[in-house]
Amino acid sequence: MNPPNPVVYLLGSQAVSAVPLAPYHPLACDLLNDLSSELRASKEATAYPDVMAFAFWCRKANITQLQSQFEDGRTRLGLGLALHITPSNVPINFAFSFAFGLLAGNANIVRVPTKPFRQIDIICTTLGRLFESPKYAELKAMTAFVRYERSERITAALSENCGARVIWGGDASIKDIRKSPAPVRCVEIAFSDRYSFCLLDAGAILSLDPDSLKRLAEGFYNDAYLMDQNACSSPHLIIWKGGSADAAQEKFWTAVAEVAAQKYDLSAVHAVDKYTLFCHDAIKGNNVKYTRRHGNYVYRVGLNKLTKDMDALRGTCGYFYECDVANENVLAPIVNGKYQTLTYFGIDKTALRDFVIRRRLSGIDRIVPVGKALDIGVIWDGYDVVKTLSRIIDVV
Amino acid sequence: MFAIDRIIDRPPFSLAQREKEELYAAALRELTRHHSKRCPPYRRILDTLDFDPDLAHRVENIPFIPVRLFKEYELASVARPQVFKTMTSSGTSGQAVSRIFLDRETAALQTKALAKITMDFIGAKRLPLLIIDTPSAVKDRSLFSARGAGILGFSMFGRNVTYALDDALRLDLATVEAFSAEHAGKDVLLFGFTYMIWEYFHKELARLKRRLGLGKGILIHGGGWKKLNDQAVDNNVFKHGLQNTCGIERVHNYYGLVEQTGSIFMECKAGVLHASIFSDVIIRRPDFSVCGAREAGLVQLISLLPLSYPGHSLLTEDAGEWLGQDDCSCGRLGKYFKINGRVQNAETRGCSDAYEPA
Repeated sequence: MNPPNPVVYLLGSQAVSAVPLAPYHPLACDLLNDLSSELRASKEATAYPDVMAFAFWCRKANITQLQSQFEDGRTRLGLGLALHITPSNVPINFAFSFAFGLLAGNANIVRVPTKPFRQIDIICTTLGRLFESPKYAELKAMTAFVRYERSERITAALSENCGARVIWGGDASIKDIRKSPAPVRCVEIAFSDRYSFCLLDAGAILSLDPDSLKRLAEGFYNDAYLMDQNACSSPHLIIWKGGSADAAQEKFWTAVAEVAAQKYDLSAVHAVDKYTLFCHDAIKGNNVKYTRRHGNYVYRVGLNKLTKDMDALRGTCGYFYECDVANENVLAPIVNGKYQTLTYFGIDKTALRDFVIRRRLSGIDRIVPVGKALDIGVIWDGYDVVKTLSRIIDVV
Repeated sequence: MFAIDRIIDRPPFSLAQREKEELYAAALRELTRHHSKRCPPYRRILDTLDFDPDLAHRVENIPFIPVRLFKEYELASVARPQVFKTMTSSGTSGQAVSRIFLDRETAALQTKALAKITMDFIGAKRLPLLIIDTPSAVKDRSLFSARGAGILGFSMFGRNVTYALDDALRLDLATVEAFSAEHAGKDVLLFGFTYMIWEYFHKELARLKRRLGLGKGILIHGGGWKKLNDQAVDNNVFKHGLQNTCGIERVHNYYGLVEQTGSIFMECKAGVLHASIFSDVIIRRPDFSVCGAREAGLVQLISLLPLSYPGHSLLTEDAGEWLGQDDCSCGRLGKYFKINGRVQNAETRGCSDAYEPA
């Protein structure tokens, strides 16, 4: 018999009140706004761009806007208790997952990464301080932040009274978590491993002035490099539309390499990983038209053609596959359910949306401009997360 | 005709760095062309890098390949019938192992280089040899593990070869004490792998409170410090420990890869690793530019020995720094350097995994 695996309560306790609230309850909105203000006033928190992005997201103005987009005349309540299993490698997504559950009107148990990210302490401490106010006593009773090593038994125990489970993770991790049963009516959202790509118009890039080019390169840098290309919305495949792709590519990648050289902390391990991937692609060689390196910051593998297994081609830390195409129609056969985010530049977004509908694609849940790939929101992975985590009371 | 034939009979630490680099520019060009012609996967890498092996290049511009590739591909520059033995790295179970294909010529060069380097440190006389390992490590001769190859390689320098551990890696105290008594006060050689010496030999002697009288012995050891660093044992702690349990004063650590067997880097009295005429080291930054002296970076290793597989220029996953050249107090010419361990395993960022491995 193994010793019992301890659950550490960073916030809250074992007894979590599972009584729901209405979505966008004023208390929930106030709490998020107070959290936003406290974080933005904290000297320590401001050192973390991801904490600041979260704080900016949960400020009152944004939440009010989200609420107005949410209202559809229906009456809703939260599902009760939501268990969140958040990604181990991203320090901030646990906070977004919690906010989504809270806005939907749920009590929340949030399993945070076992890695000791400083961001977790900052947010838990700040929330803990806010919970000391009598105003938030009810929300406090509805909240627990926990940390535990992977354990089917603990996940099962925490799932017992769940109305919802939100699971972030690779395919294997999600299957693993599902071994711990949840109540039959439990709603589950799985943010699984996805694949993302980028569509650029060569002509639009050729006509950019230096400042606009730099902004585009910085946006692309944020999409790809901030998470070492491991975020599910970071691009791996760059599709070039229109003629003169060569000149546009040279211009674009040179600018990206300059930004990366200034901002990216390329570690020795990453350098070896990238170079090894490059050698793999060289040895395998099929479908490779050319390869280019811009210093060690950008590696490019040009492909002869797009194939159905593109989503197996994954870069890392600034390693991209690219292909020129005549128009976006050639994308239809390659897109499968793995495809999540399409970032674009110089392309009409409504045409892209119409294309997904017209070709009845099973993938592409997000069509966002270059620079917005990592902007997580209440609409994510094809779900309206807040609506999914609440129930409709249909009154006829 | 390879450049190595022109130097193989020279003393192994007799080339000043400038002279060596001229020779290496030519030698590496030959080797790169040789492997490019005979090993198609290697040629594809050169093509992909737009590297023309027919042109002259500076040593630092000769491509390197990641050592990891030998775990994933069968990289050979000879036809199968010419493969005389296949060496494997001693990976722990479940891990991929490197497979290195040796023809007779490369194997002979490895033996010769190892002998010349080692004799520069211990002299040409064969010494009674205590191997701190088990005899079973060398039993299967068709498939050579790095461990077995190391033992066989160093066995050349010994007589009365005696194994200190039994098949279950237990210290054979009676045999070891008999060896120690027989050769007390005389020159002897001890050889083994760093971790095994510490774990199964030194610690066991310490536990049993036995002290061997090997005051004139020379200990040569290699294989890496990773496991010992986890126990906070570094080269100094190691040396002091062995001095306590064996009375041994002369300890030489060596550094080398199974992918470049033979051309090892041996630690001198001054405590630094030396590149011989058979090999060299280049330290690189993460952008692959070349580091200055005493600047830590990624270790690239060059060896003139690999003819049957493209292992003449390899990018390791070790971090190190070069300390100087031609002016070590021990008198050996060429570069000297130190190894700082494996490159730091950076945190992987990304949302693709909710679970740490169990």
